Amino acid sequence: MNQNNISIEAINLKKVYLRGSEQIPAVNDVSLRINQGDFISIIGPSGSGKTTLINLLGFLDNPTSGELRLGERSIFNHAKPLSERELTKIRREIYGYIFQNFYLIPTLTVMENVMLPLTFYRKQGTENEAAKLLKLLGMDHRKDHLPGEISGGEMQRVAIARAMVNMPEILLADEPTGNLDTKRSGEIVQVLKELNRNIGLTIIMVTHNPELARCAKRMFEMRDGKICQIACGPQDSYFNDASAGLP
Amino acid sequence: MITKFQVAYKNLQRKRIRSLLTLIGIALSAWVLVSLLGFNQGYENALNKDIDNMGFELMIMAKGCPYEAATMMLKGGTGLKYINESIMEEIAKEPEVDKAFPMLMSAVFDPNKGESGGIAGYFGVEARSFAELKPSLKFKQGKWFTDTNAYEVVMGYEAAELEQREVGDMILMPEKNVEFKVVGVLERTGTQDDGTIFVPLKTLQKIFGRPDELTTIGIKLKKGVDSARLEEKLYKLPDVQVVSLAQVKDTIMKLISTAKVMVLSIAIIAILIAMVGVINTILMSVHERFQEIGILKTIGAMPWDIFKLIWIETLILCAIGGVLGIGLALILSKVTGILIRYVMPYAPSGGLVLIDLKLVLITLAAVLGIGLLSGLYPAWKAGRIRPLEAIRSEVGR
Repeated sequence: MNQNNISIEAINLKKVYLRGSEQIPAVNDVSLRINQGDFISIIGPSGSGKTTLINLLGFLDNPTSGELRLGERSIFNHAKPLSERELTKIRREIYGYIFQNFYLIPTLTVMENVMLPLTFYRKQGTENEAAKLLKLLGMDHRKDHLPGEISGGEMQRVAIARAMVNMPEILLADEPTGNLDTKRSGEIVQVLKELNRNIGLTIIMVTHNPELARCAKRMFEMRDGKICQIACGPQDSYFNDASAGLP
Repeated sequence: MITKFQVAYKNLQRKRIRSLLTLIGIALSAWVLVSLLGFNQGYENALNKDIDNMGFELMIMAKGCPYEAATMMLKGGTGLKYINESIMEEIAKEPEVDKAFPMLMSAVFDPNKGESGGIAGYFGVEARSFAELKPSLKFKQGKWFTDTNAYEVVMGYEAAELEQREVGDMILMPEKNVEFKVVGVLERTGTQDDGTIFVPLKTLQKIFGRPDELTTIGIKLKKGVDSARLEEKLYKLPDVQVVSLAQVKDTIMKLISTAKVMVLSIAIIAILIAMVGVINTILMSVHERFQEIGILKTIGAMPWDIFKLIWIETLILCAIGGVLGIGLALILSKVTGILIRYVMPYAPSGGLVLIDLKLVLITLAAVLGIGLLSGLYPAWKAGRIRPLEAIRSEVGR
């Protein structure tokens, strides 16, 4: 995984929303470089622009101005917006996403949910990836269950497997533990940490929970659309003795 | 590997009742469509068969004489006009003519028929030639009368049932007070012969005081000849009209065409209603899955993938509904035939609803085509959902 060595760099990134005639800069002149194999977390209060930033970094949205670089490629330069099609192409090639609400398809089994991205796009070498990931995440015994039959923590593990099935370079996690209790939250963050450490997966995580944010290699805080780094290196003694994580 | 078809199929199971109701709507409209199309071709088929069963292609009668037995019955024989028997010889000479058959229709008022009396029809024929004309007529009991002057009758199946007569019984002709002996009872044919009482031609001519007179001459043509020249020649005979059974068929088909337009309109309305139902179901389903569709796009689905997914759902509904509807139509075609017979002014004998493989395939193609059309808008709408808006939305949470 990650042979492409993709880093992501935001240069003077800006996203302005219009509310009536008023301009609201949700992301205001943010510059940030995330290297391959990095694990960053972004915290901040509601409305600080952290979700807007992760959406821009994850190519879910076009910025108003600024530049984004993926490895050597410059994207959004001169503020030229990409079409939905172009955004999708980048997303499925490079990114995996997990969300607070998991968004598993309730009518598909755990295994089918994990394999779903392959229905639309399939990278070479992903033949046995779904089964491998479910095993790695300790969910192989649940593969024939429906999402309604498993717990929230298990659902997020399935969502992680789904995000990973096409072997992405970067994993975006938007409040991945927002719907989980403390114990399950710890487990999920531990899973992310191990993916980062063992296979060099780049992870960008947004959370409102400073304890979880400290697990990342670098920690940023968003406030009024501006970003600043507040910590470097894992600060997560809280989780070091946790029995959670990968089985 | 999970296919788009599996995803679509499983999604339809999410709201089973809603999918089922939509399915029923499609099945019913497919049923109506295939039954009505089956009726369109079945009716004409049955009519052709009826006309073939009559055994002759041309009829000759006096000018202004009603040629439909039904009309004659309604008018109680008052509208009847007669032609002279001598014309038979002239006709028989024509090169196109294979055989000519003399017939005399008569009717009397029977006070015992029904609640307030009714018209009883009698059909004077020559036993030998008539049997040749209609080899399909089979006897349940007895045989044809042998003497053209005898006071004997052969009764159609229903006439015998109605009068409760068997071979050997006597039957009285009301008004004329003449008694006949029943010598034969025919099997059911499903044609108007069933209600007819056949009398030897000469006897009937004598009773009604019309010696040497006929109401109708049936002409059977030689195989493969063109009747146009003959018809033209016969038209020149004084006080005679020529009716070809092809004309009779045309007349009936014209009468029926109005009814056909009506039923076809009903079918189209049924299909439109089903179509609106399908659009509504799929649109609701797309709306409910707004977020889910957005997520599919974040995990790599292109707009066209989503379009296909939704389109497949519509197609599955229409295919299953279509097959169910056609199956229903095949099973219930007899019942449909009975219903149509009940409401139609005139219906030929035999199956009125004819559903063959071609019709089944046409209907299935039509239902699928309609499905594809109905799915277009919801699928297009789903394809345009932007992942970011979907994730931000509160729908479905």
